Amino acid sequence: MTAITQPIAHVADSAALSVRLKEAAATAAVTVLLCVPIILFHANADINNVLHAIPRPWAVAIFAFLAFFGRLAVSNAAAKREARPESGFAAAVRQASAKYLPGIGLAALFLYPFVLMTLLGSGGSLKWVDSYGIQILIYVMLGWGLNIVVGLAGLLDLGYVAFYAVGAYSYALLATHFGWSFWICLPLAGMLAALWGVMLGFPVLRLRGDYLAIVTLAFGEIIRSVLVNWVPFTGGGAGIASIPKITFFGLRFASGPDGFDAFFHFAYSPLHGRMFLYYLILCLALITNLVSMRLRRLPIGRAWEALREDEIACRSLGVNTTNTKLTAFALGAFFGGLAGSFFAVRQGFISPESFNFMESATILAIVVLGGMGSQIGVALAATFLIGGFELLRELDFLRAVMSNGAGIAALCVGVATFGVIRSRRLAAQATLALVCLVFAARAFHWAPDALFDVFAMPDFDPAQYRGLLFGLAMVVMMVVRPRGFVATRAPSIFLKERKVVSGALVGEGRG
Amino acid sequence: MDNFVQQLINGLTLGSVYGLIAIGYTMVYGIIGMINFAHGDLFMLSAFVALLTFLILTQIFGLTSLPVAFLIVLIVGMTITGAWNWAIERIAYRPLRGSFRLAPLISAIGMSTFLSNFVQVAQGPRNKPVPPMFTNIIHLGGAGHDISLQYRQIVIVVVTALLLGGFWWVIQNTPLGRAARAVEQDRRMASLMGIDVDRTVSIVFVIGAALAAVAGALYMMYYGVVNFADGFLPGVKAFTAAVLGGIGSLPGAVLGGLTIGLIEVFWSAYVSSDYKDVAAFSILAITLIFMPSGILGRPEIEKV
Repeated sequence: MTAITQPIAHVADSAALSVRLKEAAATAAVTVLLCVPIILFHANADINNVLHAIPRPWAVAIFAFLAFFGRLAVSNAAAKREARPESGFAAAVRQASAKYLPGIGLAALFLYPFVLMTLLGSGGSLKWVDSYGIQILIYVMLGWGLNIVVGLAGLLDLGYVAFYAVGAYSYALLATHFGWSFWICLPLAGMLAALWGVMLGFPVLRLRGDYLAIVTLAFGEIIRSVLVNWVPFTGGGAGIASIPKITFFGLRFASGPDGFDAFFHFAYSPLHGRMFLYYLILCLALITNLVSMRLRRLPIGRAWEALREDEIACRSLGVNTTNTKLTAFALGAFFGGLAGSFFAVRQGFISPESFNFMESATILAIVVLGGMGSQIGVALAATFLIGGFELLRELDFLRAVMSNGAGIAALCVGVATFGVIRSRRLAAQATLALVCLVFAARAFHWAPDALFDVFAMPDFDPAQYRGLLFGLAMVVMMVVRPRGFVATRAPSIFLKERKVVSGALVGEGRG
Repeated sequence: MDNFVQQLINGLTLGSVYGLIAIGYTMVYGIIGMINFAHGDLFMLSAFVALLTFLILTQIFGLTSLPVAFLIVLIVGMTITGAWNWAIERIAYRPLRGSFRLAPLISAIGMSTFLSNFVQVAQGPRNKPVPPMFTNIIHLGGAGHDISLQYRQIVIVVVTALLLGGFWWVIQNTPLGRAARAVEQDRRMASLMGIDVDRTVSIVFVIGAALAAVAGALYMMYYGVVNFADGFLPGVKAFTAAVLGGIGSLPGAVLGGLTIGLIEVFWSAYVSSDYKDVAAFSILAITLIFMPSGILGRPEIEKV
């Protein structure tokens, strides 16, 4: 069993340096070919809206250079790679972290806003609670919700965002038209989303996996298209604005005399409202987690996992596959709907743009990168992906780092320190990746007269590179760890001793 | 009646483009069983490659003959896009060949994000106005009728038909096509028969990309504008077409493409242009519910 959990040791292709150099040269040549029109020339529209092809050969040169050395580094690393036995200390740390991580993580999550408030004050911590805490937790909840469908029942759902949208619009419409409170709308939104899940699922769940995937994708697009085009009902592309904010037993989080802070004799702070939202989404996410973990042990959950492993065997053993799939679908949709109505109350404004396919893809990526079916893995993946994505929004931080050599040097020292502690190879790779990033970003902005001013990028805008890095990270993470961060499963039922099951042994159903 | 014929022409034009993209999806699905999500963005990239090649030819080399320029654009576009898809397969999909089914899908979604953002960074986020090409119009049916056939539409249908004919010949009659079909039927058995599976898969990716490149060039020429975000919707529609026709079936992909194109155009003309995407996707869902393996697909028989 342990042999399977270990990554299969790469056969050390200790090719001679000349072979490796040849490979690197070939890679560079391919890169030049790929770059020929799309990088070599920039189609620039002039004032009369006529396009002109502007050449920029230095950019191709940079990419060829990067490809050459990148390929060399990869093949050098592959040649040196050998399976090292895990040291006793590392194994102990891993076991202890597996045991205590959920508890420590939970405590940290509950303390997070208070720690921030004492460290940064209420003004400074607002952003960290909102765009890191709440934003990540929404995706954790969505990931856990989708995990029921994809991870447990093995149904590939590419339109999960549709249920998120149903939840968001349910609350927005009920609240703006009828003035209903969030607390009534929250369960209603979940139920409406579940209803939609059943309505969609009933006809299509007979389909095989990939057909199911495309139908769910189509359903997501249909919902979005309806939201855009049904202007009288949904407000169209302009969305719905001024959605009522959340209340605490009727108290609004506002500065007035009838507000939450005045009632409890606190000094007014916008942070309190955000903190309330933070704890709300934390609780919602934990409920999602609790429900799916508990259901996993019940007959229905076992039926889900059995369905994922082998549908034919399930059917021959008398499991009603349609109902089993439908419950998974409806439950996943229910939590998606809850998250959606939370999203609407948090934003105060929703538009169809928030519910495009990229959202579905991001949530699915979180589930798969986390390791399908693993709850803690999904939480980790959401933190990495969404946190990283938000971090790239920190224009000033990254611009400060990137626009002068000192910033980059500081970053390199940081990586090197990390490397001394953890792994030298990892540090070398990270440094290399960092330098590549700087060069690649530089390639588009580089003018020949700035030849010696490689590292200073005053016009560097990290926002442009967010999507690029996000996509690249998804590919790299998948190639490096296809089974996700947490590639082992804890069995829900066991004889005498709980043995860890490798993720490689867990199948995924054909829907 | 005039309107009907006019819409038929428009629908066939659009359907040809979808069909060309759909073949890339259906071939890749047939041979390695993965949904190549990046294919739509590859199509968008190829439209940019075509645009830039056209600009280079006309502005830097001073080429004046439009048909010659367009022919060169097609050939260059097919080569470069083929190289792109070859590289993508090598980097993002081949390491995941033996992995579980969702792994290459996620990798492909990442690649799709990467490609569209790459083009955005490299070429800027704004719409690129394409210089007008083949702008002549033929009026059909004589006086009293209002049916126009644009040269562009003739170019699209003719190029598509020629290319599909050539492609069909390659798949049916060459050793390469035989290898591709053999790998599609049974990868392991094919490798035991001495077929280089990796090479065959690579070639299939290159062929799919070449067809998408032609679609990209035609799209650029027909619509007169390209944008980095143009890959998603045509990509999803083309995938829908591939599924509708029966995924894995090459005539099915073309048939599905034409069907989707016609549905979209007729729905826009006679019902509502707002809901044309809804119509296309609803037809897909309905077809799949009653005909789960598509129009020309083989039903999958699972042996226990």
